[in-house]
Amino acid sequence: MGQYLSGILSLGLIYVIATVGLAIFTGFTGLFSLGHAAFFAIGAYTAAILTYFYGVNFYLALAAAGLASGLVGFLIGYPTLKAKLRTDYFAIATLGFGEAIRVLLENLSITQGARGLPGIANHTSLPVLLVVTALVIWVAWNFTHSRHGRAAIAIREDFVAAEMMGVNIFIGRLRSLVFSAACGGLAGGLFAHYFCFIQPSMFTSYMSTQLTAAVVAGGMGSISGPVMAALIFIGVPEVLRIANIWRLVAYGLLLVLIMIFRPQGLMGYREFSIAMLKDTFGRFRKGGRA
Amino acid sequence: MFIQTLLTGLAIGGIYALMAVGYSLVFSILNFSNFAYGSIIMLGAYIGYWAMVKLGMPVGLSIIVSILGAATLCYLNERLAYSPLRKRRASSLFFMISAMGTSIFLENLVYATIGARFYTFPTLFAKANLEFGGISIGVLDVFAIAFSAVAIYGLNFFLQKSRTGIAIRAASYDIDVCMLNGVNITALIGLVFGFAGALAGISGMFLGMKYIVYPTMGWITAKAYIAAVIGGLGSLPGAVVGGVLLGVLETFVSAYVSSVVRDVFSFSLLVLLLMVMPTGLFGRFLEEKV
Repeated sequence: MGQYLSGILSLGLIYVIATVGLAIFTGFTGLFSLGHAAFFAIGAYTAAILTYFYGVNFYLALAAAGLASGLVGFLIGYPTLKAKLRTDYFAIATLGFGEAIRVLLENLSITQGARGLPGIANHTSLPVLLVVTALVIWVAWNFTHSRHGRAAIAIREDFVAAEMMGVNIFIGRLRSLVFSAACGGLAGGLFAHYFCFIQPSMFTSYMSTQLTAAVVAGGMGSISGPVMAALIFIGVPEVLRIANIWRLVAYGLLLVLIMIFRPQGLMGYREFSIAMLKDTFGRFRKGGRA
Repeated sequence: MFIQTLLTGLAIGGIYALMAVGYSLVFSILNFSNFAYGSIIMLGAYIGYWAMVKLGMPVGLSIIVSILGAATLCYLNERLAYSPLRKRRASSLFFMISAMGTSIFLENLVYATIGARFYTFPTLFAKANLEFGGISIGVLDVFAIAFSAVAIYGLNFFLQKSRTGIAIRAASYDIDVCMLNGVNITALIGLVFGFAGALAGISGMFLGMKYIVYPTMGWITAKAYIAAVIGGLGSLPGAVVGGVLLGVLETFVSAYVSSVVRDVFSFSLLVLLLMVMPTGLFGRFLEEKV
């Protein structure tokens, strides 16, 4: 049972890392990525190829995974964000990007195509995951509470006003995207060395959906909300043993229902804290009249 | 070979154009990317298959059933998933998330209930070819080109000449002023979604007959989005030109380079276009409206 629980927790933490990345991007700049699984895949393949074929040290490979994904994020973000286009353009571009990456992975020789890479060394242990997760959350937290984070929020809320105040929208959005892509790559690298096997069909829109659902349900503009949502989304179906396919049906329905009834998500713009708990319980005591 | 490829490209381009018009129609009024459109197309194909194979209807009648079914679904989609947001005047980001949720919900509902099985339409005229001067073209392709042209021309005629069509065009410029002038916007938007659904039914039917019917066949709408960007988001003539152009270019890439790089090509075209000509051919929505 202990091993089973730590397995779920490990998978949950891998998703938390990627979700925090997406939260910084979608939650804080209001842009939508429909192909975030591609960054995950790039990270997974970069790290796996480095340790598998070249015998590179795991931690170096992990860093390389983050860097490679970040670089690809930069390359894809530069043309699409440069023109300050509507968010729709970016969403469509990422949609195509996700599929294009998968097609490439299926047809390159170094990735061994659809057969995937079996027998990757198992390096991702729970302590490693905990450290990386803490590190990513710490960086994300500092980012959102820095000048750059406030600039990103300003862009999301009203980018015309933000631009008038001297915020560089392009740089702000690109910075968030690169950070987000790097987190995705890091999670991918950990994923590859946790399952010891990767193939292109693992990184489909299913994964992108799960990440997006966690960010939206957790609250766009919060870090702790998406973290909790990611853990819930991995943990609850795993414990209840719900078939994968109904899980996705529920995610879809959940996204629509959240948009209709509680668009701010679980946490809204707030972060989880003792003060928040006191506030919430205080409201309960007063009978909901805050 | 050249003319042969051109004709094949025109046939698939016609279907892309149908989808791109349906997508652009919704975009031009509500100003958001309806990512649920692909699943409506998929359901249209399933309805057509059901009518033709299970109920034994003739082709013409099952196309009509598919059109009516998809139009109803598209209308219901707006009623249930978008109109609560519209009443709250939510930002287009929320619409996009809701659309994505709908699409995930519908696709996986089909997976979970009907199953992942591939369905093929009975080969009525799919295999039949017309030969002239050494060039052969499938009867289905001729039919697709003709039907797309008639549907798009009919819609254009309606939008240009009828009273309701004028109201739809007015709403695409300014929905509030349109409402002030006594147009029933709720009914109008319902009608627009109905039209988009009808186009989805036609394209779903043709895609199903040309290829196969399966739960994620709606992914092909990514091509329609790219086509709409090529033509300029929200422009109907742009959607037609973009769709046909993309279909023809893709077919040439498949024929002369490799069918593997086809999707990578479409996506690269999108990124390239965003860099050099972000408005597309006929675009008017370049940046987000203030």
